[in-house]
Amino acid sequence: MKDDLLEIQPLLDKFETTLLLRMMGDTPLVSVENEQLFTVVDFLKNKMDYSLLLDITAVDNLDISHPTSTRFELIYLFRHKEFSRILALKTAVADPDTGVESIVSLYEVADWLEREVWDQYGIVFQNHPTLKRILNHNEFVGHPMRKDYEITKGQYCTQTQDMMDEMKPLLDARGLEMERDELMILNLGPSHPASHGTIRTLVALDGETIRAGASEIGYLHRGFEKSCENHTYNQIIPYTDRLNYCSALMNNIAFAKTVEDMMGITLPDRGIFIRVILTELSRVIDHLVCLAAGLLDMGAQTNYWYLFNPRNNAYDFLSKLTGARLTNSYMRIGGMTHDLYEGWRADLDDVLKKVDSGIAQTLQMIQHNRIYNDRIQNVSPVSAEQAIAYGFTGPNLRASGVAYDLRFDKPYYYYDHFDFDLVVGSQGDTYDRMMVRFEEMLQSMRIITQAADEIPGGEINIADHRIVMPPKTAVYNTIEGMMNQFKLVYEGVKVPKGEYYGAFEAANGELGFYIVSDGSGTPYKVKVRAPSFVHMAAYPKIIENYQVADAIMTLGSLNIIAGEMDR
Amino acid sequence: MDTAFIIETIIKIVVILLVFSALAGFGTYFERKVLAFMQRRLGPMHVGPYGLLQIAADGVKLFTKEDIVPAGVVGPIFKIAPVITAATAFMAAAAIPFLPEFTLFGYTVHPIVADINVGILYILGVMAIGLYGPLLGGMASNNKYSLISAARGAAVFISYEVVTGLSLLAPMMMVGSLSLIDFNNYQAGGIGEWIIWSQPVAFILFWIAAFAETGRTPFHLIANDHEIIDGFGTEYSGMRWGLFFIGEYANMFFISFVMAIIFLGGFGDGTVLGAFALLGKVAFFFFFFLWTRAAWPDVRPDQLMWLCWKVLMPIAVLNIVITGIVMMF
Repeated sequence: MKDDLLEIQPLLDKFETTLLLRMMGDTPLVSVENEQLFTVVDFLKNKMDYSLLLDITAVDNLDISHPTSTRFELIYLFRHKEFSRILALKTAVADPDTGVESIVSLYEVADWLEREVWDQYGIVFQNHPTLKRILNHNEFVGHPMRKDYEITKGQYCTQTQDMMDEMKPLLDARGLEMERDELMILNLGPSHPASHGTIRTLVALDGETIRAGASEIGYLHRGFEKSCENHTYNQIIPYTDRLNYCSALMNNIAFAKTVEDMMGITLPDRGIFIRVILTELSRVIDHLVCLAAGLLDMGAQTNYWYLFNPRNNAYDFLSKLTGARLTNSYMRIGGMTHDLYEGWRADLDDVLKKVDSGIAQTLQMIQHNRIYNDRIQNVSPVSAEQAIAYGFTGPNLRASGVAYDLRFDKPYYYYDHFDFDLVVGSQGDTYDRMMVRFEEMLQSMRIITQAADEIPGGEINIADHRIVMPPKTAVYNTIEGMMNQFKLVYEGVKVPKGEYYGAFEAANGELGFYIVSDGSGTPYKVKVRAPSFVHMAAYPKIIENYQVADAIMTLGSLNIIAGEMDR
Repeated sequence: MDTAFIIETIIKIVVILLVFSALAGFGTYFERKVLAFMQRRLGPMHVGPYGLLQIAADGVKLFTKEDIVPAGVVGPIFKIAPVITAATAFMAAAAIPFLPEFTLFGYTVHPIVADINVGILYILGVMAIGLYGPLLGGMASNNKYSLISAARGAAVFISYEVVTGLSLLAPMMMVGSLSLIDFNNYQAGGIGEWIIWSQPVAFILFWIAAFAETGRTPFHLIANDHEIIDGFGTEYSGMRWGLFFIGEYANMFFISFVMAIIFLGGFGDGTVLGAFALLGKVAFFFFFFLWTRAAWPDVRPDQLMWLCWKVLMPIAVLNIVITGIVMMF
C-alpha cells in the first residue's frame, strides 16, 4: 500500500486541489476538481504513464442519506503501463448539464465510455464528438441509471435510426462523397449470420471495400446495472451468467470474488482451487466458441464440429456438476453451492483429452492451409500502442504483443504458483487474435491439470453464518438455522460501506466490477467493465479499408459477446 | 426428320430431366451425409431409414411453401431468374453422352440428345448463360446483399469462363473436334490414352475452374451465407429458391460428366464395363466437390480474381503454346 501511495505522490504534489480520499483495496482513490479534470488526466497519461483507461462511470448520490458531495460524481479508472497498478479519480459534477470536459482527445476509448455515462446518467461531456445514446435506444426519454428513474419504466422503440449523423462526419473526414465516389451504405447486422448476436455496423462500401464504419449497439441491453441496484448480492449471480454467456461461470466467479475482496474475506483453499479449475475450463470453452464460430464464418465448416463437440463434452461435465449447461449460477458470495461430485476427476480428464484432440485436429486442418493463412494474416492489424489506446485487454491485447495478463501481473488465486506460459502475438491481426486463443487453451489446460492434481481437501465455503447459507438440515430442524436462512435470503449478505473495483482476467479481457455499497444487502451501484464493449468501440475503426469478408473475420476474432457488451 | 426421331428425342429429354432433377435432390442428401461423416455426426436420420426420405420431405416443403415476391423487386426478372439457372443447366446436358450407345429390343439408343459437332462449345456457351440466373436474380431482388452477390457472380463467372475455355483449347487441338463423342473415341484405347496424361495442366486448370463455375467451396462466394447472407438467394423462397438449388447440383453433375469424358476417357470402348466406369468417374468428381467443402475454408473474392488472372490464365496460355509447339514437331 505504501508503494502505491508513493507512486501517486507526484500527482498530489503537482495539483494542490487533488486529494487522496481513501484506498479501495490497494487502489488509491483521488478526488480532483471538476475544472482541473482534463489537465490532471493529461498529466496522468503523459507524465505518470497511466496509459490504459479502464472505465468511466458515475454515481448518483440521490439516495445516500448524508451525501458528502454533489448529486453526481464521476469515477475514472486508469491502469498504469506496467499493468499491476490502478488509479481511480473521482470528481464531483456540479451541474450535469454543463458536465465536465471530455477526455476523448487523450484516450480514444473514452468515446464510447463517455457516451454511456451520458446515456445512463445524463452527464454532459463537453467537446465530445458525438455525444448520443449508446445502450438505450434513440427514442428513449430520461436517463435510466439515475436513482429517480423507476426500474419498471421500460420504454419501447418504434423507429430505427439511419446513423447518417455518425456516418456523415466520417465520410467528410476522409474526403468522400456518397454520390461522387459511388459508395453504397450497407447494414452489417443487426441480424446478420456473422454478427454473432445482435450488433449493427453501418458501413460505406466502395465495391466490397469498407471506407468507413459506425456501430450501433444496445440491442441486447437489459439494464443489468439497474437490476443490480434492486437485488441482493447473491441474487445478482444469475444475472452475471448472462453477461458473457459463453463463459458464464467465469462471470460468477469474478463477481463473487470482487464482493469477497470488498468484504475482506478469502475462501478456503479447496474453494479457490475449484474456482481456478472452473475459471480455466470456462476460458477454454469461451475460446472454443470463438474459434469455432470464426472458422465457420470462413467456411471451414468441419473445424466447427471438431471444436464444438469437445465443448459439448465440457458442458456435459458442467451440467453434471452444477445442474445447468449454459447459465450455471454455481458460485455464491463466500463460496459455492456444493462441492465437486464423486468421480469428477475422471470426467474432467476425459473432457480435457477430447478438447486436446479437437484442438490438435483443427490445427492440423488449418495451420498450414494457405487459404486460411492468406485470408486472415495482415487483416485489421492493431499495433501495441493502438491497442492500448483502444483500451483492449485480454487475448486481443496480447495478440498485439503486449504482455498483459492479470494472472501474471497481479496474481490472485495462487496463479503465481501454477506453471503456465503467457501467450503473446506479434502483429495484432486477425490471425494473431485467433492463434493466441488456440495457445491459451493449451495453457489453461495445463493450469487445470495442475490444480486438479493439487486440490486440497477441506471446506469449500468460508465459515461465517452472516455470509454463507446454513445447511438444509439446520434450516429445517433448528430455530437458529431457520432465522439465519431467512435473514440471508431476505436481507442478503451485508457488504461494508464503501466502494471497490475488482479486476479479473476473463476469457475476453479484463472483466471488472466497480461496486458501491451503502452497507446494506443490496449494492448501491454496480458497474461492469465489459471487455467486449471496449473492443466493439474499436471494431468500426479497424475494419476500414478491408473487405466485407475481412470484417466478418475480424468481428469473430475480437469475440464480441453481445450479452456482455450491452449488459 | 421422322416422327420416330422426334419421339425418341422427347423421351430422352424427359428421362434426363427426371433423372437429374431426382439426382439433384439426392445430391443434397449425399452432400449432407458425406459432410456429416467427415465431421463426426450423423446427418439426416429421422425421415425414413437413414434419413433417405429427407429429400421427399424437403421437396414437399419447397413445393408447398409460400412463394414470396417481396415489395420493390423487379417482378418479371425476379421470377424468371431461377428458371434461367435451372434451364441452362439442363440445356447443357443436351450435348453430353451419358452412356455408350446400347441396343434395347433391337433398337439402338444413343444416350445423347443431340450429337452436335460443336458440343463442347455449346456446353460452355450454355453454362455461361447460367450466369444470368444469379446476376438478374441478385439485381432484381432489391437487396444490397443480393446486389453484391450479383456483382461477385458476374466477376467470377466471366473470369473463369476464360480459364475453362483456354484450358480446353489444348485438348481440342489434339483431338481436332468439338464433339464429346469424338473426345471419347479418341481415348478409347484404354487408360494409357487418356488425355489427362498428355494434358495434366489443362486437366487441373479445368478442375479448379469447375469449382468456380459451380460456386463450390473454396470458391463459395456468390451465395456465401456467412458474408452476404446467401447472396442472390436471400429474397427467394419456396420452389423458386429450390430451382437455384437444382440448377447448382445439376451443374455439378454435368461438369463432372464433362471432366470425365474429356480427360478421363469417358466410357472408353463402349462396353457395359465402360459405362459403369464413366459413372464411377462422375461419382468421384461429385464426391470430390463435397470432400473439398469439408476440408477447406473459402477464399476472398479478390483472392479468387488474383488466382484467375495472375496464375491460372497465364498457365493456360503457356499450355496452349507448348501443346502447339509439340504438335508441330
